[in-house]
Amino acid sequence: MIQIPALRFGKPYTSLDKATLIHHVTGEPVAEVSQVTGSQIARDVGLMERAHKELRAIPIRDILAMYKKAADYFVNATLPCGDAELSFDDYVRNLSATTGSPMVFCKRNALKVHYVLDNIEEVIAGLTRGLDVEALDKGFSNKNGRMQAFYPTTNVFGAVLPSNSPGVHSLWVPTLALKMPLLLKPGREEPWTPFRVLQAFIKAGIPSQYLGFLPTDHAGASDILRLCGRSMAFGDDRTMAPYKNDHRVEIHGTGYSKIIFGEDQADNYERYVDIMVESVAANGGRACVNASAIWTPRNADKIADALAKRLGPMKPRAWDNPDCEISAFAKPEVAEAINNMLEDGLKTPGATDVTAKYRTMPRLVTEGRIAYLLPAVIRCETPEHPLANKEFLFPYASVIECPQADVLKRIGYTLAASAITEDPAFIAEVMACPHIERLNIGALPTNRLTWDQPHEGNLFTHLYKQRALALASA
Amino acid sequence: MIDTPGKPTPVTGATLDEKIRNARTQLDAQVRDVVQWHFNPETGTPFWLAKAKTFNFNPLKDVNGWEDIKKFPVFEDDWLRGGPVRQWVPKGFGDKPVYVFETGGTTGLPKTRIVLDDFKIDYEMMSDTLPDKSFPRGSNWLMLGPSGPRRLRLAIEHLAQYRGGICFAIDLDPRYVVKCLKARKIAEAQAYKDHCIDQSITVLAGGHDIKCMFTTPKLLAALDEAIRNGKLEDKYRELGKAIPSGGLRSIKSAGITGIFSGGTEFTPQFTREAYEEMLDNGDVYMTPTYGNTLMGLACSKPIGPEDGFKISYYAPQPRAVIEVVNPENFEEHVSYGGTGRVLLSTLTREFFVPRFPERDEGEREKPFDKYPWDGVSGVRPFAALSGGTVVGVY
Repeated sequence: MIQIPALRFGKPYTSLDKATLIHHVTGEPVAEVSQVTGSQIARDVGLMERAHKELRAIPIRDILAMYKKAADYFVNATLPCGDAELSFDDYVRNLSATTGSPMVFCKRNALKVHYVLDNIEEVIAGLTRGLDVEALDKGFSNKNGRMQAFYPTTNVFGAVLPSNSPGVHSLWVPTLALKMPLLLKPGREEPWTPFRVLQAFIKAGIPSQYLGFLPTDHAGASDILRLCGRSMAFGDDRTMAPYKNDHRVEIHGTGYSKIIFGEDQADNYERYVDIMVESVAANGGRACVNASAIWTPRNADKIADALAKRLGPMKPRAWDNPDCEISAFAKPEVAEAINNMLEDGLKTPGATDVTAKYRTMPRLVTEGRIAYLLPAVIRCETPEHPLANKEFLFPYASVIECPQADVLKRIGYTLAASAITEDPAFIAEVMACPHIERLNIGALPTNRLTWDQPHEGNLFTHLYKQRALALASA
Repeated sequence: MIDTPGKPTPVTGATLDEKIRNARTQLDAQVRDVVQWHFNPETGTPFWLAKAKTFNFNPLKDVNGWEDIKKFPVFEDDWLRGGPVRQWVPKGFGDKPVYVFETGGTTGLPKTRIVLDDFKIDYEMMSDTLPDKSFPRGSNWLMLGPSGPRRLRLAIEHLAQYRGGICFAIDLDPRYVVKCLKARKIAEAQAYKDHCIDQSITVLAGGHDIKCMFTTPKLLAALDEAIRNGKLEDKYRELGKAIPSGGLRSIKSAGITGIFSGGTEFTPQFTREAYEEMLDNGDVYMTPTYGNTLMGLACSKPIGPEDGFKISYYAPQPRAVIEVVNPENFEEHVSYGGTGRVLLSTLTREFFVPRFPERDEGEREKPFDKYPWDGVSGVRPFAALSGGTVVGVY
């Protein structure tokens, strides 16, 4: 069993309190992760002013070069993981073992993290809207006589992370390039990616005193959000409710992502079935950018059927099978509870599980210690139906018919939307829609992300605030 | 200060075995005395006199020692909810003044316990376990814990007075904190904690020569965080006082030499963190305790790195007894080192609680020289019950 310590800004710390991670299929213990307390986090955060000052003094070009090296180490090197040394394949295997996410998904998402590490300059340029990276050394840029100056909003950036998909780690990876010490609270079942990225950074030369890996409980996570001047946190609507009005916390919650057909393309839906399948089911349908609803002005029955025909026959496969399409639930009771919620929703008239006729087994499949939920496409007759605006941890989509003139008024919060239309007037309306955060126009799935654009916030503007600056010498 | 009457004499014996035997003899005598008192129509407690009518045994004749305590049914804490509170006052105490202490109370009726002198005796016994070097006689105390109808508030003050000191206290209502947490008002709960810590910082900055304190694990951590972040220095500046050379950025530098801590769950990891990171590697002495309004308090073996910061508690026998039992069969003790539910009996003339199943579990510990009776370690919320209660808020 691998012993994973906390990393307290330069000091590995083995706690007396440890979380045991088990293999989701066999139940065998895989790792023990040292847990720290909120007061230890507070003590460490108290040291960040000095760490921040030291990190600011490292030239940005040096840091960017270290990112390049870290990218290489992340996928090619054997890196320490507590008392073990793990290759990239070992890492992917462990990640899959404790999260229940198939190896094929884990690897695919880990490569997104690699992409951000390897293309950090491009990502930073995107986040800073083309600011010269040297501005991160000087605090300002005076290009073509246009002064742009910024000051940091915190001495440390805290990230309270989830366990569901390693792809989300791409979001905090640029922090050090923005010259900000980094405090990570890993998801309980997913210490692997944060720990490996930090080890890659350390091997690449980034001093460990700017890096915190602090596994902790819910109370400790609250302390991170309280103590860090800026942070990001992942959680459901209920967990994140206390932070809704806290500008210091960037919330990554339920996505309610959607595909929206325009009048002009609703009759051409067959062309977009692949895009719908990917939007709903990629990565097991667990990401906030997976579509959970398809809105169309026409042909809702046909769209639901076409999608169900593709998703319905999907079957559970072993976690290490490269063709695996469905993630397992390491806790079968969670799958059962979700399935019950869905069944309760179907009791309200006006909703049909269109996938039912294409499945060869029940939606809820239990195998040994684990369970699976097979995809569900629910045709909802009205946008008011309780299942119309739901998001679950498996491939799930409602299909709703709604006039184009009304759709943008009724969709509600939407993290990622793919508007399938070529109609300039509708495109203009979608562009102006305040409910949509990430917008894809045309034949793009909702999960198609670019890392140099904001995702539920922009890390640069979260960590820096623009200020007016005048220099007498200029 | 003179001992309060009723404080037991220490157990004697040349060997551990002899001490264990003598402790048992003392316990048997205590059981006989307490049962005769509570069930005698002249001196007895109205609640127990009424309850005895439902027993299929006669406590006055059939209870002759500790072994016979099993004849009593398991004590139900709901019996302590609601009045009349006088039903718990033994007739034998006549018109003596009576205190009432409460637990919980955020939903429904709190549990109540009457006390005359028990809290004084319990804390005098506890005082005898404190090293004078860390808890200097005559030094003043800070009570950084719950106020209101809580036993701790008066008990710590008595402890300070018993040791020749004066106790400063703060206002702290844990019920308000529980309400905030249940309503998920995290920021409000934090603001209230800050308010409590600010009160204690003010006391510490007041020049009262405070060397000892009581606090809970969470408040100790909060005080450490505040002092480390310069709140005590800020208070000195606000009061126009000079900051001593060397600063005031640790509990040690604030002048504290001994901390008596308890009130909520104490884990070895927290103890280690306190020892290593808050209390200058043990320079400030801390002793964890386990207790509640019903029992009094159990002291711990001295804690430290040599045994992995393991915390083992021993009840103040013969006035209270801790057993670690099979959760499915309270008559069966688990083996030493085994895990079981904590079963508590309180055996004083003021309060008789036979066989009360605590909401905690832990491992059974062997007797040792200082406490020649069973103890319990690793105390934590009983797994089968945990999850529904907000615990350890202060």
